[in-house]
Amino acid sequence: MNTKTNNDNKDVLLEIRDLRIAGHCDDEWHEIVKGIDLTLHRGEILGLIGESGAGKSTLGLAAMGYCKDGCKITGGEILFDDKDLARCSEEELRKLRGVRIAYVAQSAAASFNPSHRLIDQHVEAALQHGVSDKAKARAEAIELYRSLNMPDPEHIGERYPHQVSGGQLQRAMTAMAMACRPDIIVFDEPTTALDVTTQIEVLASIRAVVEKFGTAALYISHDLAVVAQMADRIMVLRHGKLVEEAETRKMLAAPEEAYTQSLWAVRLFSTNQKAQPETEVPLVEVRNVSAGYGAKQILEDVSFNVYKGQTVAVIGESGSGKSTTARVISGLLTPSTGSVLYNGEELPGDYRKRPREMLRKVQMIYQIPDTAINPRQTIGDIIGRPMKFYHGHKDAVVRRKVKELLALVELEPDRYIDRRPSELSGGQKQRICIARALAAEPDFIICDEVTSALDQLVAEGILKLLTRIQEKFGVSYLFITHDVATVRAIADQIVVMQQGRVVDNGSREAIFTPPHQEYTDLLLSSEPEMDPDWLDGILGRRAMASAG
Amino acid sequence: MKTIAKHVWQAPLSAQFGLAVIVLYIFVAVFAPTLAPYGETEVVGEGFAPWNGEHWLGTDNLGRDMYSRLLYGARNTVGIAFVTTALAFLIGGLAGLVAAVKGGWVDQGLSRIVDVLMAIPQLIFALLILSVVGTTVTSLILVIALLDATRVFRLARSVAMGVVTLDFVEAARLRGEGMWWLITREVLPNTIAPLIAEFGLRFCFVFLFISALSFLGLGIKPPTADWGSMVRDNAILITFGDISPLLPAAAVAILTVGVNFVVDWMLHKSSGLKG
Repeated sequence: MNTKTNNDNKDVLLEIRDLRIAGHCDDEWHEIVKGIDLTLHRGEILGLIGESGAGKSTLGLAAMGYCKDGCKITGGEILFDDKDLARCSEEELRKLRGVRIAYVAQSAAASFNPSHRLIDQHVEAALQHGVSDKAKARAEAIELYRSLNMPDPEHIGERYPHQVSGGQLQRAMTAMAMACRPDIIVFDEPTTALDVTTQIEVLASIRAVVEKFGTAALYISHDLAVVAQMADRIMVLRHGKLVEEAETRKMLAAPEEAYTQSLWAVRLFSTNQKAQPETEVPLVEVRNVSAGYGAKQILEDVSFNVYKGQTVAVIGESGSGKSTTARVISGLLTPSTGSVLYNGEELPGDYRKRPREMLRKVQMIYQIPDTAINPRQTIGDIIGRPMKFYHGHKDAVVRRKVKELLALVELEPDRYIDRRPSELSGGQKQRICIARALAAEPDFIICDEVTSALDQLVAEGILKLLTRIQEKFGVSYLFITHDVATVRAIADQIVVMQQGRVVDNGSREAIFTPPHQEYTDLLLSSEPEMDPDWLDGILGRRAMASAG
Repeated sequence: MKTIAKHVWQAPLSAQFGLAVIVLYIFVAVFAPTLAPYGETEVVGEGFAPWNGEHWLGTDNLGRDMYSRLLYGARNTVGIAFVTTALAFLIGGLAGLVAAVKGGWVDQGLSRIVDVLMAIPQLIFALLILSVVGTTVTSLILVIALLDATRVFRLARSVAMGVVTLDFVEAARLRGEGMWWLITREVLPNTIAPLIAEFGLRFCFVFLFISALSFLGLGIKPPTADWGSMVRDNAILITFGDISPLLPAAAVAILTVGVNFVVDWMLHKSSGLKG
């Protein structure tokens, strides 16, 4: 199991032995981490991957001797610097944290105090621990901002967290973790919330700065391709246990366990592209739509068609107007100019003016399934409501049909029909949302980032389900996403958006076959690949392109 | 039913005490005519008689049995407070939910009306209106309910505001659901926990408010037994070192404490904190 080859034992910085952590839930203690061994050497980056609930974040926090509320370490040792962090006093731990071991969280926006300037928060740890004086700490902060390629490093620290972009904030967070030159940094999904184009910059900066200072790191992610760029060694976790551990190249080349292989296979799923009908009237036509909130214009002259039985993917970074397009089609936002046509007929801009039959035909599936279904209703009520509302079915008929739909979305009907959403996992909730959309018997479903909140394996299941539904019922999808892999898997037509405009539009084949348009190329090439050399390669090529 | 019993059994001691107090008060209020040895307004002896075997807690300034009046007081004070609070929640809660779901001009209109009502101190406003329309039980209930509805409105609206932005409400709107469905099925079930907790607190405030008004002579009209006016009527006894006038006050205090214990427990439960 221990794969270290060229590392001397003296280099071991952190050693976790048979760690067990239990979480408190429903008046019982459940083991979340079930006996994990982990060794981190000086200057090494260790990748931890696994789906949510695998215990990777818990393990990452445990490396700092920290447990979340309602969790406790029940066994094992966390050896760092001749101390067992599992048994250290809070005071001893406090001295280590931020100075010797630092943490970078997934959501930088939630981790910064919004009412203090970035640089003030940056120097706080160093001053608190008496590592450095204020002037020196600030000078070092600026130096770090420069190393992390932040724009205007001298002054960016004077800004408040809401005044910088998500990618910059994530880098500022990394800089803050670096402030005391720690031995170890724990990165907990630092780029998961970012766009692919931003992610690439953050990854490059993180890696450069970690290399520069020789910091060891635990890099936690559910995205294999990202971990492949960052880590020297990868540990695959599942259900709180270690599945497989190997050096990055070795693991990518030849994963041994079936579970690891299934993680790899996710990226291979793909549908056959359906040809665009030439003459048919499009089911939905977005014609020269401009729209915005108040005086702020978001969409400018957006046009594209969706044909019957096809999947149109709208792809772009956040702020590109993808979701706004969906809101215009669904009638939540009235366009200032232009119109939405359904089967050649113009739709009223406001959903309240659309007839019920029209509302039925266009359904929506949301990004975050937890908030998309009412937690106080049973699954049967949630899925049954559209049937009663649109079709006026009797209760007995509704119940039978709900069961059919549950079976269709691969949830055991009798087991789930009387449950409430809180008893379901994220992927199951998303299936409920799909069933609810189908209950209306729509022609057109808007899928707004439906897989982005889910693990890769779960997301793949959802994509397969949606594909099967399309084959069975011939519904059309408008698939809004920022994930290139998803688009590659299921889109028939692709609309690329940037800053509220359609910059590229065509069939999957046309978009993915070079030569690309400039922005499409940037987007496609930013998608991490399962090749440890990918990041170096792409950065090298971009540097050359900008130099030449 | 079984789960409620289980919840109560597992509740902390303070909540169980609170529940016991509430159950006792309800029992007394319902069975006051059976439990009381004398009538509510019956003059049974000398004024200000001391505690004795015949009149357990003595008599009041007019010679009415203190113990009997204390029992009847539970019926009047608690009953009126409950009806008032329920009415306040019906008006304020509904208006708050409508404001949150409808938004725009409806929200603006309702909120400004509430602002105007809240701009005047509650007690002075109540005194003003009651001295104009006269203090019947009905006017008392209506005036206090309206004034308290403004507070309920603000809470209901702010809690509901957080819920209406959620995707499932948007999904219901896009389905074409009417306002009544949105309020009763989508929003209300998700705002009910803080509203129930507020109900308990409001009930105490209303209860104290009625007692205060009665003490000032604008509450429940004599000769109806009511704890607030009972304190006032017999206040002079305190100067003689007799604690009888404080008994109705104690009755108010104990119920308030009991209700608050229960409310604390429910807030704790609804906030999702375990243990």
